Amino acid sequence: MAKAFVLRAMSTVGGDDFWRGIASIAVFLIFWEVGSRSQALFGIAFPWISQIPAPSAVLQELVVLVQDPSFWMSALLSTLRVFEGFLAAMVVGIPLGLAMAVSRTFYGITFPVFEVLRPIPPLAWVPASIIFWPTQELSIAFVTFLGAFFTIVINVIGGAQAIDVRYFQAARSMGSSTWDIFCRIILPATLPSIVVGATVGVGITWAVVVAAEMISGGGSAGSVGGAAGGGLGFFIWNSYVGGSYTQIVAGMISIGIAGYLSSAVLRKIGKWLTPWLSQY
Amino acid sequence: MSAQPATARSYSAVPAQPLRKGGVRIADVVKVYGTSEAGILAVDHCTFDVPPGEITVVVGPSGCGKTTLLNAIAGFHSISSGNIYLDDELLCGPRKLKAQPGPDRIVVFQNGALFPWKTNIENVTFGPIMQGLLSRAEAYEKARDMMADAGLRGIEHNYPGEMSSGVRRRVEIVRALMNDPKILLLDEPYRALDSLTKSVMHEALLEVFYKNRVTIFFITHDLEEAIFLGHRVVIMTTRPCRPKKILDIDIPHPRDYSVLTTKRFREFMDETAAAVHEEALKAFAAGEKER
Amino acid sequence: MTEASPLRALNRDVSLGLADDAVRGISPLALAIHRFLLWLRSPRPYLMIVGFTLFIGFWYLAVEVWKLPRFSEMPGPTEVVREWFSRNPTYGLSVFTPEYYLHIWVSTRRVAIAFFLATAIGVPLGLFLGWSERFKQYVFPVFELLRPVPPLAWVPLAIVMFKGSETPIIFLTFLASFYATALNTMLGVESIDVSYTRAASCLGATRWQVFRHVIVPGAMPFIFTGLQISVGVAWFSLVAGEMVSGQYGLGYVINTSYTMVRYPTIVIGMITLGIVGYVTSAAVRFVGDHLMQWRTRELALGGDR
Repeated sequence: MAKAFVLRAMSTVGGDDFWRGIASIAVFLIFWEVGSRSQALFGIAFPWISQIPAPSAVLQELVVLVQDPSFWMSALLSTLRVFEGFLAAMVVGIPLGLAMAVSRTFYGITFPVFEVLRPIPPLAWVPASIIFWPTQELSIAFVTFLGAFFTIVINVIGGAQAIDVRYFQAARSMGSSTWDIFCRIILPATLPSIVVGATVGVGITWAVVVAAEMISGGGSAGSVGGAAGGGLGFFIWNSYVGGSYTQIVAGMISIGIAGYLSSAVLRKIGKWLTPWLSQY
Repeated sequence: MSAQPATARSYSAVPAQPLRKGGVRIADVVKVYGTSEAGILAVDHCTFDVPPGEITVVVGPSGCGKTTLLNAIAGFHSISSGNIYLDDELLCGPRKLKAQPGPDRIVVFQNGALFPWKTNIENVTFGPIMQGLLSRAEAYEKARDMMADAGLRGIEHNYPGEMSSGVRRRVEIVRALMNDPKILLLDEPYRALDSLTKSVMHEALLEVFYKNRVTIFFITHDLEEAIFLGHRVVIMTTRPCRPKKILDIDIPHPRDYSVLTTKRFREFMDETAAAVHEEALKAFAAGEKER
Repeated sequence: MTEASPLRALNRDVSLGLADDAVRGISPLALAIHRFLLWLRSPRPYLMIVGFTLFIGFWYLAVEVWKLPRFSEMPGPTEVVREWFSRNPTYGLSVFTPEYYLHIWVSTRRVAIAFFLATAIGVPLGLFLGWSERFKQYVFPVFELLRPVPPLAWVPLAIVMFKGSETPIIFLTFLASFYATALNTMLGVESIDVSYTRAASCLGATRWQVFRHVIVPGAMPFIFTGLQISVGVAWFSLVAGEMVSGQYGLGYVINTSYTMVRYPTIVIGMITLGIVGYVTSAAVRFVGDHLMQWRTRELALGGDR
């Protein structure tokens, strides 16, 4: 314990590894900058990287974008979609996973069907979803939901099945009812895996939302669902169509930040929900 | 013990050569974790000898710093000051705070460290093959002999994960002996075993010792185990670790389990139990977490 | 231990120490048959049939019999099956048409190239990241900087960076696989008990030998977990890539079938994707089990730790 603490104290912000990290990111940015400008600087276009706008240009673009309300509208729209789909996946996935973990019969009936549907990538559901749901918004929400749903269910089942049987025996010997056991043992003991599933799930959700927005917004010549949609995925697709490559990268960075923030928030909530895990 | 192949060692109750090796001298060793001001003193001016060709058992409460000492001898950790010698050769000292790990001092770990991805015989032959001392065929032949000799015939091509933990510990000791080490460093090797298996393992270890006369440095928190096995028992204080009491156990070797009921054994237990208990209470009060 | 003798203890028959003597020496086939019979005797296969009956039954009734609102737009199961196994499919794609296999082949090939590239780069990178603290301090921050951007957000940039329609799709697929593989390999190395590396250096292994004999095999279970995830996300990104840009491939089939109003073909594409995805991840698992005999056997014995 004490040893670990000392070691951790040594490796905080001022430590060597912090500066090494800074140095490596700096080298990466310089490399990128020089690579992007290789045509102008050396007269030779480096493969691949010369096609990407330089970080300085992207930064300028970002400064312009953050002052543009329509950019924030796109970000908000995507965030809302992520939130909706993610929430729906939690609301449906957690009880379903728990039910599958608790009842052997229910598990026997549903799990094989679940396992057959799981390997189908969520984005393959996009056209079917558009056919089925009356509005575009609902169909994106459904695909987003699918993205997080499978991960959450699998984690809930895994977490609930891994509970030490002695906890149940202890609870029974102290006179707990089945309902008590469910609420006071199964639920909290599964919480860490729910948190893990949610953190992974929200990452997938962002990926799915972005792709769904691209597919429904642009796609192969605007194939699926017309040009409506919006959101950050649509924003980068639109920037591509419009030939504004700095906007593409700026959009990607925004998506990266948004995704990172979402999982950071979930990790925080998870820590708060499972205080007994945070002694390390 | 039938006719041995040339590569095998000659075993007898009395070693062929009277020259004993593997004596360790720990002289004024200090180990501080972290910086010297904010650090944690784990080993405090520790001085004692591990006589060659004998079993020295170090007893102390969990987390007292005895493993730190073992790690310093093995070369896994540095020391902060002091000297450690192996057969009058400096292992680590002020100019070279961390010893180089090597096959003359082999550790048998608390939870066992047989490589689960190698079969038992691959584990046993690991040392000589890695060091390039023996060809594969030679190493396998020697390993087969040594395993058979230790009652481990027929499991050469099983994986450690298929064996009981007692067998795994025995394989691990054979793996160490394959390298003809000067000293075996055992870090609470039987901690995870049930007491029945443990008693079998103790006898097995003593037998290995009688055959090889390899110096053994044994760490435990079990006083009975310490007195039963050791020529010398070093009782440590709780953190920081320092010898509190050093006893030479004059119960004659070879020993077996009948020793446990003798009067002399009880006398040693009585003499030491209070000291060990006192340190255990201190450790408990300090709230040292088991690890 | 009354009749204790120091000599007897060691030479005792060691088979007593085997965790389960009976399991040794049974052929894998016999074991598989045994397990199958056990499975047949359990309620599981029958519950499974109930599950599928309910699922397909509901689909059938909702779409083809009751014609519920919204559902009536969807292709029903009999329609899909009839189309899928038709010698003369209405919408041009069935198990009897060569194009069907062409699409499967194109998609599988893309995934395979991306997967092997990701493995070839991701595994060594992950091994070094986990093995060398210094290397990790220099490289990992950049890795962590790029990772939050979902691979699918790279679609437009990939099209800009690479010429043609094939390379961007493979690049996207690669990217998703690569993160999963490298990260899991790194975690695998970090999960190795320090006792193993210490034991190896005690036994006289050099740093390189430790890497070869301890780090690589020790990380193997995590590497294969990573590879399984990697195949999964490869299909995931592939579909997105194929739907956005590209010709041929199952994602392309699904997307064009939508625009051309060939609804049953959408479902055929989805089912096929599911099957191919499942088969590839089963193949990875199979290779992993094969390479990690020690682990398979350990788990078969219920792990006496």
